[in-house]
Amino acid sequence: MSSIRTKLPVHLVLLAAGVLSLFPLYWLFLTSLSPAQYVVKVPPEIIPREITFSNYQRLFETTPIIRWLVNTVVIAGVITGFHLLFDSMAGYAFAKRRFPGKDLMFWLVVSTLTVPAQVTLIPVFFILRTIGLLDTYPGVIVPGLADVFGVFLMKQFIQTLPSELEQAARLDGASEWQVYTRIILPLSKPALAVLAIFTFNRYWNAFIFPLVILRDPAKYPVQVGLATLQGEFNTDFGMLMTGAAVAAIPMIVVFFAFQRYFIEGIRVGGVKG
Amino acid sequence: MRAALRRYGWSYLFVLPTFSLFVVFTLLPVLQAFGLSLQSARIVGGEWIGLQNFVTLAEDPVFRQALGNTVLYSLVVVAAQLTLALVVASLIQPLGRKSQTFYRALFYLPLVNSAILVAMVWRWIFNPNPFGLANTVLGAVGFEPLLWIGSSDQALAAVILSAVLTIPGGGVVLYSAAMGSLPRELYEAAEVEGAGALTKWWYITIPLLKPTTLYLLVIYTILAFQVFERVYVMTSGGGPNNATITIVQLIYSTAFQFGRYGLASAMAVVLFIMAVAVAVVQFRSLRSDVEY
Repeated sequence: MSSIRTKLPVHLVLLAAGVLSLFPLYWLFLTSLSPAQYVVKVPPEIIPREITFSNYQRLFETTPIIRWLVNTVVIAGVITGFHLLFDSMAGYAFAKRRFPGKDLMFWLVVSTLTVPAQVTLIPVFFILRTIGLLDTYPGVIVPGLADVFGVFLMKQFIQTLPSELEQAARLDGASEWQVYTRIILPLSKPALAVLAIFTFNRYWNAFIFPLVILRDPAKYPVQVGLATLQGEFNTDFGMLMTGAAVAAIPMIVVFFAFQRYFIEGIRVGGVKG
Repeated sequence: MRAALRRYGWSYLFVLPTFSLFVVFTLLPVLQAFGLSLQSARIVGGEWIGLQNFVTLAEDPVFRQALGNTVLYSLVVVAAQLTLALVVASLIQPLGRKSQTFYRALFYLPLVNSAILVAMVWRWIFNPNPFGLANTVLGAVGFEPLLWIGSSDQALAAVILSAVLTIPGGGVVLYSAAMGSLPRELYEAAEVEGAGALTKWWYITIPLLKPTTLYLLVIYTILAFQVFERVYVMTSGGGPNNATITIVQLIYSTAFQFGRYGLASAMAVVLFIMAVAVAVVQFRSLRSDVEY
């Protein structure tokens, strides 16, 4: 009895905090589904009286939002794919193998984890300009492969794997590459899942870098596209919220499908908010 | 040579892709940022000018404004985030496993969305019109509507409020993970002494959580220093009279709208030094903390 009496207020406080936290998302979807006259109604309607998809229809007809979503999937997808491969390779080497310079290399990599990304923004812009990759997909993708959070994550995980299996595989005549692909990779699936979800989410949401690198609106990822909608439909909040809703839905679906991995990823060291 | 290659060749192959990308796109650019900060680099040309950029920044009222706004934003937002994360995690802790999982997910869900999208909603909520949601709330409790992002006095407050009103889900997850592994014995001893829940929380839980608190303090502060999307979207890149301008917003406009790359790099160096200073302070405090 006493547990219900003490726990009920706790649940109420937590639920209230949750509602407050989720309210902007609710407001976003609500506005996107409201007919124009309700969007500017005083006072605003917290519970919808009427629902319409006309904002969505207008958005798909007048903006390249589909194109932007496809761009985002391609950019974030390619970056994620390469990170899974490269980070697990490097993580394996740093966790399990011995070679001269290993500590120095790892120390260098880890020491830049707290460097704000904007510090390298201008130099990277210059490099891409020099090699002619400004305003191209590779220009947005390749620098994204240099981020080292995943190396750290994979190293931490692979370190916990027992070394006997590797040794046994070597005795059976497996090459070093086979040890990596047949022993390390399959055992690393949980960490690879965390890495995939986190990387995809991070590059789905990337903004300042593609904003600086890309000029052609047809190449924009959806976040940069949304920011240009803001310029175009400055006070058309119905339209703006609909664009934001369309960009939000894929990540919300991914979150519900892979919740566990998000939470796990934060524990291993990926706090971002 | 050949023996060494055979022995270590694979190891270097495994780290080669990541490490070379890291050198080209992170390590060298950090050094280059320092180099550029000492040059008058513009869209075309530029020469070495020593510390002139930093002198310019020190005298520039807009940069001072950006620095002040960034620091104020960080102080308020980080203090709120740490407090909220600690309180919410402490409330979640005694609940059952299922409730814990539910609440962690509930508080993390809003954070999978991009800063742009979130800022667009907040711009809509804090718009100066009477139909803006923030003004409706004010009206409901008997206040006059405010101009919010439309006013140079209130715009920064709106931006800060939008950040404070979000439960920091990452911090909640980390705090609750840390709380789960605190030693039981201390609590049992305190219970024997007759300590209440609040006393235990204040004198045992909070001190034992110091490493997590320091870690979050650093991460959240460095993230707050980088605030950009909120300002870019909510107040169209700086607000009335640069009321909400921040360092990163100013780096962006100085470099990519005005082409003054050297000056913008000097700002980036200031940002870098701020981030390193915070990290060093954390390292020092952790080292002095031998018990845990």
